[in-house]
Amino acid sequence: MAIFLTENSKVIVQGITGSEGSKHTARMLKSGTNIVGGVNPRKAGTKVEIEGHSLPVFATVAEAIAETGADVSVIFVPPKFAKDAVLEAIDAEIGLAVVITEGIPVHDSAYFWAHAVATGNKTRIIGPNCPGLISPGKSNAGIIPADITGPGKIGLVSKSGTLTYQMMYELRDIGFSSAVGIGGDPIIGTTHIDALAAFEADPETELIVMIGEIGGDAEERAAAYIQANVTKPVVGYVAGFTAPEGKTMGHAGAIVSGSAGTAQAKKEALEAAGVKVGKTPSETAALARELFQAH
Amino acid sequence: MDLYEYQAKDLFAAHGVPVLPGDVASTPEEARAIAEELGQTVVIKAQVKTGGRGKAGGVKLADDPAGAQEKAEAILGLDIKGHITRKVLVTVASDIAEEYYFSFLLDRANRTFLAMASAEGGMDIEQLAVERPEALAKIAIDAIKGVDLAKAREIVAEAKIPAAVADQAADVIVKLWETFVSEDATLVEVNPLVRDPQDKVIALDGKVTLDENAGFRHPGHADLVDQEAEDPLEAAAKAKDLNYVKLDGEVGIIGNGAGLVMSTLDVVAYAGEKHKGVKPANFLDIGGGASAEVMANGLHIILNDPSVKSVFVNVFGGITSCDAVANGIVAALEILGAEATKPLVVRLDGNNVDEGRKILADANHPLVTVVDTMDNAADKAAELAAAGV
Repeated sequence: MAIFLTENSKVIVQGITGSEGSKHTARMLKSGTNIVGGVNPRKAGTKVEIEGHSLPVFATVAEAIAETGADVSVIFVPPKFAKDAVLEAIDAEIGLAVVITEGIPVHDSAYFWAHAVATGNKTRIIGPNCPGLISPGKSNAGIIPADITGPGKIGLVSKSGTLTYQMMYELRDIGFSSAVGIGGDPIIGTTHIDALAAFEADPETELIVMIGEIGGDAEERAAAYIQANVTKPVVGYVAGFTAPEGKTMGHAGAIVSGSAGTAQAKKEALEAAGVKVGKTPSETAALARELFQAH
Repeated sequence: MDLYEYQAKDLFAAHGVPVLPGDVASTPEEARAIAEELGQTVVIKAQVKTGGRGKAGGVKLADDPAGAQEKAEAILGLDIKGHITRKVLVTVASDIAEEYYFSFLLDRANRTFLAMASAEGGMDIEQLAVERPEALAKIAIDAIKGVDLAKAREIVAEAKIPAAVADQAADVIVKLWETFVSEDATLVEVNPLVRDPQDKVIALDGKVTLDENAGFRHPGHADLVDQEAEDPLEAAAKAKDLNYVKLDGEVGIIGNGAGLVMSTLDVVAYAGEKHKGVKPANFLDIGGGASAEVMANGLHIILNDPSVKSVFVNVFGGITSCDAVANGIVAALEILGAEATKPLVVRLDGNNVDEGRKILADANHPLVTVVDTMDNAADKAAELAAAGV
């Protein structure tokens, strides 16, 4: 199994001809992703040669789906044009849209999210401002390095890209069913809770690692969800204990406002829900290893 | 980016939200001139990006220009919760019949916007939310439909704003929504929104936060940055497109990826507990492509921070390979030359880590120590910083 992304996923890339889009298309192809084409209205009808593959470029997502049966789109479109790209993916009713783009105005994200909801949530949105997701050995949609680790029984959900890589690396001997980077923006499509629910339902996943950071209350809500709905062991990590109030720490959503959104509050909420929370990434990995071996 | 009250009111006025006439002054003389121009009783308000100005003595009435000058003199330079007052707003004093509260903000949990409104404004809204939550109306706003007059009337009714001014309040709310959307704000707050004795509804205060990611469609927003109040290191980092936040410790931090850098700060703070309590001196995320130039720019900023006693470079090679990062560090140290005087602890992991470590070993720079895990490297960096304190 794995979640959201499997060996059967047919992936297109919106922005395939751009520098980021083509670079990461090559990496995704190398890691075995079934990429079936790309979208760029100005280059529709042409082919791009990447990693020995000749990939068709379509004018629209809808056309790409009609021609290839694509069910996943990875979006590398620059911030200015990202809203329209995501709206197009939603209107084409693609199953999964992975928005890698960093720096999308939050009004644009709120708009495309509202549009997704208004049209019946036919498209799962991951991101924006995320590294995407990988189901090792099966498919890789985004920019997560595929060679850190292989398939295994841990499910990982994280707001941060490099902490995802770090945690995959620390637990590389066990391996992962899927690792999902949900992104560090204030408004994101797929949440910790969505990923937790999917990992709980995934027979291949035996333990879940959840990485959060300061800002908002997504981790607190995830804690309540875990307590009520998750039977698999969950290990948590929260970054940003030393972050000062009122300062944005890199990610647009990573900000402590007054007494809200602190790492301490998130850690306490997770612990109250029975989640073991590590103080550092390596301690978190050690807790996960211990629980995995004991379960 | 948070705006000052006078900047928020300028945006309000541009979108037709009623505000009182006034202007901003940097000197007591300017305050006097503005008061002369206004020709009536004025209120002098400290322009600081924090609450509680009134209690701190940052808001004063003046009956005449001489009084305005005197009051401005007392307020300029005032330290309000660590914010030094560099400007005052001189504005017409208003008679107030009633005070309301109004805001539009981002609702992260519901992934939409929220209107909050109350007929009981003026006080600390967080306190009101806790003590009398029923007095604070919270209405979800559809990001596509937005706020039209009908929606604004619904908000006014839920907030129990009196019928006599309901139409006016609704009109102001529609204009505040226009401000919120067309300026790409993540917060527009008016506390208090007042009803004057003539039943006019006026924004007496204003708080606006703008989305910096939307800067590409608002070239004018860059002018709203208060260069003078910026930390000089943060300003220098911004000029080089570096994601840097100044903190108050001794261990300089460079890493890749916001999450990993936040985590690095925490790990260094824990390690510091065993080493004279040293703490991280900054947040600096050099992002995915850690070129020599970006590394040199980052080191340059950190080494110019006099409180930095050691530097911890923590990189996980994901897309970037560790050999490129190692070359970047070696080249950066060459570029910096004699400027590089503080010990550097480097931890590399991930993509091409062996080549990366070999490059650093071969370079054998006297300031560089390579440590193989994040925890041990943090400990080493804290130890070296403590030795330099």
